[in-house]
Amino acid sequence: MLDYSTLKIIWWLLVGFLLIGFAIMDGHDMGVGTLLPFVGRSDLERRVVINTIGPHWEGNQVWFIVGGGALFAAWPVVYATAFSGFYWAMMLVLWALFFRPVGFDYRSKIHNAAWRSTWDLGLFIGGALPPLVFGIAFGNLLQGVPFQFDNYLVSTYTGSFWQLLNPFSLLAGVVSSAMLTLQGGTYLAHRTEGVIQTRAIKGAIGAAIVLACSFIAAGIWLQSIDGYRITSVIDMAAAPDVLDKSVVREAGAWMANYARQPMLWLLPAMGLVGAALAAGLLLIRRTLSAFVASSMAVVGVIGTAGASMFPFVMPSSSMPDASLTVWDSVSSHLSLAIMFWAALIFIPLIVLYTSWAYRIMRGKVTTAHVRANQHTTY
Amino acid sequence: MISEHLVDLSRLQFGATAMYHFLFVPLTVGMVWLLVIMESVYVMTGNVIWKDMTRFWGKLFGINFALGVTTGITLEFQFGTNWAYYSHYVGDIFGAPLAIEGMMAFFLESTMIGLFFFGWDRLRRQHHLLVTLLMAVGTNLSALWILIANGWMQNPVGSEFSYLTMRMEMVDFWAVVFNPVAQAKFVHTVSAGYVTGSMFVLSISSWYLLRKRDVEFAKRSFRVAAAFGLASALSVIVLGDESGYTVGEAQQTKMAAMEAMWETKPAPAGLTLVAGINEAESKNDWEVEIPWVMGLIGTRSVSKQIPGINAIKEKSRVRISRGIVAVNALETLRKHRNDRAALDVFNKYKADLGFGLLLKKYVIDVNQATPAIIERAVNDTVPRVTPMFWAFRAMVGLGVAMLLLFAVAFWSTLKSACTQRPWLLRWALWMLPTPWIACELGWFVAEYGRQPWTIYGVLPTHMSVSTLSVNNLYGSLAGFIAFYTALLAVEMFLMVKFARQGPGSLGTGRYDHDATMMEVQHA
Repeated sequence: MLDYSTLKIIWWLLVGFLLIGFAIMDGHDMGVGTLLPFVGRSDLERRVVINTIGPHWEGNQVWFIVGGGALFAAWPVVYATAFSGFYWAMMLVLWALFFRPVGFDYRSKIHNAAWRSTWDLGLFIGGALPPLVFGIAFGNLLQGVPFQFDNYLVSTYTGSFWQLLNPFSLLAGVVSSAMLTLQGGTYLAHRTEGVIQTRAIKGAIGAAIVLACSFIAAGIWLQSIDGYRITSVIDMAAAPDVLDKSVVREAGAWMANYARQPMLWLLPAMGLVGAALAAGLLLIRRTLSAFVASSMAVVGVIGTAGASMFPFVMPSSSMPDASLTVWDSVSSHLSLAIMFWAALIFIPLIVLYTSWAYRIMRGKVTTAHVRANQHTTY
Repeated sequence: MISEHLVDLSRLQFGATAMYHFLFVPLTVGMVWLLVIMESVYVMTGNVIWKDMTRFWGKLFGINFALGVTTGITLEFQFGTNWAYYSHYVGDIFGAPLAIEGMMAFFLESTMIGLFFFGWDRLRRQHHLLVTLLMAVGTNLSALWILIANGWMQNPVGSEFSYLTMRMEMVDFWAVVFNPVAQAKFVHTVSAGYVTGSMFVLSISSWYLLRKRDVEFAKRSFRVAAAFGLASALSVIVLGDESGYTVGEAQQTKMAAMEAMWETKPAPAGLTLVAGINEAESKNDWEVEIPWVMGLIGTRSVSKQIPGINAIKEKSRVRISRGIVAVNALETLRKHRNDRAALDVFNKYKADLGFGLLLKKYVIDVNQATPAIIERAVNDTVPRVTPMFWAFRAMVGLGVAMLLLFAVAFWSTLKSACTQRPWLLRWALWMLPTPWIACELGWFVAEYGRQPWTIYGVLPTHMSVSTLSVNNLYGSLAGFIAFYTALLAVEMFLMVKFARQGPGSLGTGRYDHDATMMEVQHA
């Protein structure tokens, strides 16, 4: 069995991997949902847009489900504290997600303009709202969240929903929304043609510009935000105890990792280069490469947030010593080991059959195709 | 202390959303195998009617599946949003099967369902059948892992409490996986799903046959549903959940409550058919009993005893008094991690920690518990008898009625006589809602029967909740009610519309009420 401290780091990487997998895969579906009302102007055009992701969105959504499950299994106290603390934010995401399974499946089953435009609105909300909320949540994590534990480790969140909507986290929300819109736009550009493709490219380039600007702005802003630093010695192999450490809040703490490991600067660089590259490749209609570049931007942006906070996962602003870190909010050694092996076996299989599914369904989705398959396409 | 109002609302929200989710799951779990059977016949015979059957029933399957997915996400969120302490306390064990379910099963199912619907023209026949089969395997594996998680709540094996991390931790993964309660639950629950899928196809096919529409299509569908339904109904009843009821105390408590068995009876106990339950005086005013049967069902033997409610309560009383010692030692240890004396005491009493925690519903400091409070906690350890007793009987009654219908239906299709027996077709049509009612009753018995625990003997329900304000719960509950009512209305509307339209909705030109023809007429 791998030793405990190694597994703790592996699980930080794995949670990051699942989050990035979610943003690349389900993220492009959400981006397509966000772009749907703007890129598809007629019912037929919208059906083309929806059918580019029709066969795949269901599988992609499982990245999100598995992300939640992995959090529950590997970082139970993070899952518990974050989900209950961000209660209304989670409810908003959940309810927005309601619109997708039913929206995709039910929309084109009835031939009625009001019915269809209602579901289109639902698909837009289901695509646009979750990325915004996730970005806002990350913005709050970077600032610390007001929660504390008692001696039974019952967590209490003392903030309010409105408190989450502060300027910095709204900016983080913009970063996240723009990132997934870019992801959806490049995908759409690859799978469509003609006027729909042209509009998707326009939308994606706009998103790339917003992403680059908001990401730089957030980076500069981050310098002046108080970060968190562990001041006590942590026994990484001991039973995890969230109350057994001292933590201070101080300006510039989120930059400490970059000073120690200058290589980490590659991550924000990747975010910016990826966005610029995606826009450039779209201009010369290299759509598949643009999708890859956009995915690179996703890795860079999420990686930057993770690297800045490491080893913190969810700092507490009201009781800094109770902040949740990679070392003390994890499951037991045995659970981490079992889940690691499960991930090692199943994730490659998932990648394999997902790729097969995309291969089977490859090619452009056209208006002619949708018209010829009225009753079997979405 | 945690507000009882908050606990009640959290339970109401979870119970309502879980039972709502389970309106869609059994149909998915069962119908997917009917699709596999129909498509297999198509691949073997090349007869296109079997392909159309797969596609048409697949369309209805898809309408149902969408809501299954929608409402399933709610449950995964809700452990964290509303049961935060539960998530912290048992996530080390409970989280693993949920995460594995996602990676091993739900991913497979969800990826394949896309190819099932959109891959007809892009895949060779055999490959498409493989896709359908993988979708079925994924769906059923998903049920397996969810029931492993749920089985652990009933019979928490393979784990131990750690005072350092203040939670339960996994010590034996395979014990959790091969938990006999989980295995029995799995067989029982998926079989109930197969019955649901079969009833759905049987009833709707009967309706076509009654109207003499799409007769060839409906006759074949009826036959598949009757055969699969008969096998599944037998499996539900014979391999009933009860095979797991001898294992572990939680299941014994449930059994005593659902049988209204106040006193331990000499083995082999009789089965109480109906009774006048008098909860106030802990007795039945009258009962109709069949000798021997209960003992045989419950213990699979003629000599083993099944404990009665009063005996269970006496045991609880002892465990609560030991639990008080455990709670005190734990609280000392939480303040002084290295207190050896407290640790020794704790190790001796920690098996009863959960019973000590039961008192926290009434007092913050367990030492303040008066005899009256302890008495209340003792009474809490057995769920209310009346709802358990009748819910279980209604479920079994419906199960037997369904078995009878499937047996007659199967016999009739063997004789190729189902079209000449309108009474059978009408009977099948009217039975449509029964599997859903039985499934919901089954969940009720399993989950309500575990109260006052979320994890039997380990974590009381009232401690498991998130520290939220009651207003949050009213708000989210209102949201769920609004969304779920609207979604159910939309789903039923589409389901009825397409079921009425029948295979013509595929627009192939081979059936009555063809969609393409109807549009031409409109134009």
